[in-house]
Amino acid sequence: MIDRSHIGREFGVHTADIEKGRLRFFAKATGETNPIYFDEDAAKAADLPTLPSPPTFLFSMDMEVPEPFEILSVLNVDLGKVLHGNQAFEYFKDVYAGDAITFRSEITDIFDKKGGALEFIDVKTRATNQQGDLVAEMARTFVIRNG
Amino acid sequence: MSEITYASVKVGDVIPALTKDEITRITLGLFAGASGDHNPIHIDIDFARAAGMEDVFAHGMLSMAYLAQILTNWVPQTALRSYAVRFTAITHLKDRISCSGEITEKFQENGETRVRVAVRAANQDGDVKLAGDAVIVLP
Repeated sequence: MIDRSHIGREFGVHTADIEKGRLRFFAKATGETNPIYFDEDAAKAADLPTLPSPPTFLFSMDMEVPEPFEILSVLNVDLGKVLHGNQAFEYFKDVYAGDAITFRSEITDIFDKKGGALEFIDVKTRATNQQGDLVAEMARTFVIRNG
Repeated sequence: MSEITYASVKVGDVIPALTKDEITRITLGLFAGASGDHNPIHIDIDFARAAGMEDVFAHGMLSMAYLAQILTNWVPQTALRSYAVRFTAITHLKDRISCSGEITEKFQENGETRVRVAVRAANQDGDVKLAGDAVIVLP
């Protein structure tokens, strides 16, 4: 069982640059057909300053922390047993190429079901831009298959 | 395309759906790189088998990105206030993900006229892989 004393633990503070090349790669990898996500001229024609960060991209930028699975090691969780249970985003400000986003994560809950056969880790991550403005909050739940 | 407004939509309306290409090992390799999620369970069959899976399987966030495209194809992304899903089943190789959405609520909040859109992603057999909702501002 995961030690519940980790609830409230903060981790993974880092800053990631939102880069045009990476946005284009993400668009390709997700089969994006809306050109505002990979063609800067199309973005500008849509009255955007440049390429926007698509709705789930900040999750990827949070994975840019040097050791993205370190928190699982700290919790003594085997990466091979981990599933993504749910994921939520709240958006407060738009994010574009050229922004630098700082992420701060916290374990908000650890609990189990089915007599410990499944364990759950809730993590909340706050994302702020280079002006210090909160741009998004992310909440995710890891599911650990102990069975 | 005429502008979508709060007045022009009603609960029960569906938004344009989208079916993505079949998921292959290349899909997962590219998404691992582009998404920064290098978890070997999605790209290394040896690791996946050692973890008790038959094969590698898709990142949940790949389908969540697919599902977001029906939102941003429908309205500008600047209208998106929240987006949340539950991953209800594993998405496998050779799955073809179809994304759909339906307006379930119209409401006012923070001085904005908003709609809630229930979204889901299912494979070619109709097995639901993700379900959730998004809150969108409409003028």
